[in-house]
Amino acid sequence: MKLLRAPLQIEDIMELSMGDEVLVQGSIYAARDAAHKNMVQSLENGEGLPFDIEGQIIYYVGPCPAPPGKIIGSAGPTTSGRMDTYAHLLIAKGLKAMIGKGPRDQNVIEAMKKYGAVYLATVGGAGAYLARCIKDVETIAYPELGPESLLKMEVQDFPCVVAIDARGNDIYRLEKGAEVADD
Amino acid sequence: MRQIDVKQITQTVKEAVMQANISLPPDIIQALQEASDKESSPSARRFLKIILENTELAVQENMALCQDTGMVVVDVELGQEVIIQGGYLNEAINLGIREGYQQGFFRKSVVNDPFQRINTGDNTPAIVHCNLAEGDKLRITVLPKGAGSENMGQLSMLKPAQGINGVKDFILKVVRDAGGNPCPPIIAGVGVGGNMEKAALLAKRALLRPVNIRNSRNDLARLEEEMLKAVNELGIGPQGMGGNTTALAVNIEVYPTHIASLPVAVNLGCHSTRRVSVEI
Ligand code: SF4
Repeated sequence: MKLLRAPLQIEDIMELSMGDEVLVQGSIYAARDAAHKNMVQSLENGEGLPFDIEGQIIYYVGPCPAPPGKIIGSAGPTTSGRMDTYAHLLIAKGLKAMIGKGPRDQNVIEAMKKYGAVYLATVGGAGAYLARCIKDVETIAYPELGPESLLKMEVQDFPCVVAIDARGNDIYRLEKGAEVADD
Repeated sequence: MRQIDVKQITQTVKEAVMQANISLPPDIIQALQEASDKESSPSARRFLKIILENTELAVQENMALCQDTGMVVVDVELGQEVIIQGGYLNEAINLGIREGYQQGFFRKSVVNDPFQRINTGDNTPAIVHCNLAEGDKLRITVLPKGAGSENMGQLSMLKPAQGINGVKDFILKVVRDAGGNPCPPIIAGVGVGGNMEKAALLAKRALLRPVNIRNSRNDLARLEEEMLKAVNELGIGPQGMGGNTTALAVNIEVYPTHIASLPVAVNLGCHSTRRVSVEI
């Protein structure tokens, strides 16, 4: 089991191979559709992002509201494919890892190869389990988006598998009989 | 005639959605346990263990199993001898959902219109299917359905000449196209026959049947078993990461159809197929 902690360097990324089991530790940023749209719009308008994205990890999630006494509600991954149109720009700006569920399109994979980034899959539907791995939550932008606002989280032993590595090996294509590039 | 007050319906729906979102049906937990014992891929076993642990934690912590607490499908069987008093059935159901989602701290995932897309803020309206039945009982079944699995369903109007093989191929195509998106291990609800909307409704109703109960018709029960095996041989595995547990069950429902038709619909349920059925 490998441990991952942001900020990630290119060497950390190149050490990861498709199928590796990892535990993410420390800070990650949580964003889904609407927060991505806002971030990409800011970049296109020549403005900065609400946080320094270099070496960081984004988790695709829109949690349930926090019940009394808890810091967050159920918080499993959402379908990553919906973020595909936004991902390459963020990867180009220094994003090093994405956490979600389900396959990514070829443009995202090309950007991951070009700039060095990995895609981690976690367990869809395990919202209560994953919420327990989240130790702290802070809204850092777009509070008006409710469950879609941009959050910073502190996580501990957050379970993932490397679904697509920085060489473009893709666990979702494997079952369809693709070759593995091990360079 | 038996009178049922809408307040009782609201209370029932509220309790049902709260229970459904937190406590997975025992038949699914058992099937997940059996799958985890049989799974040959270590990564897949790790994910199945987490899914099982999640079902325990959700109950312990009184927290939603999955953050996508869905749009609620409500299946109502209304006994003909029942008179609903004090208001309207659909309003009573929606009120129950509003209260249940508020009190349960569940995510509100419904937008007002497919184009305007403004969150309604209380997870209503529900999708209500109402059928008349014999007797003086009212049965309400709730199914909070997440979009990850719902979006992966498909329907096809096959030609009768394509027959049972056409249906088998279509089921496999839908599961293959869906891959890891519907959070496998899945339950495949299949509706065959009727017309376009009937097939879709049958497929949804098939998801309401426990995974350990086969169709009461022998030939269909065998077809379900054959298709479960074929689906699991696709190798998609838990979360689409490979393994031999792609589905927990293939549930098939049929209905008479037109001489010129062979409609087939496949509605996928994720491992968090949360259903609760209550009789009033
Ligand atoms: S498909 Fe089911 S388990 Fe997966 S995220 Fe959606 S509701 Fe949750």
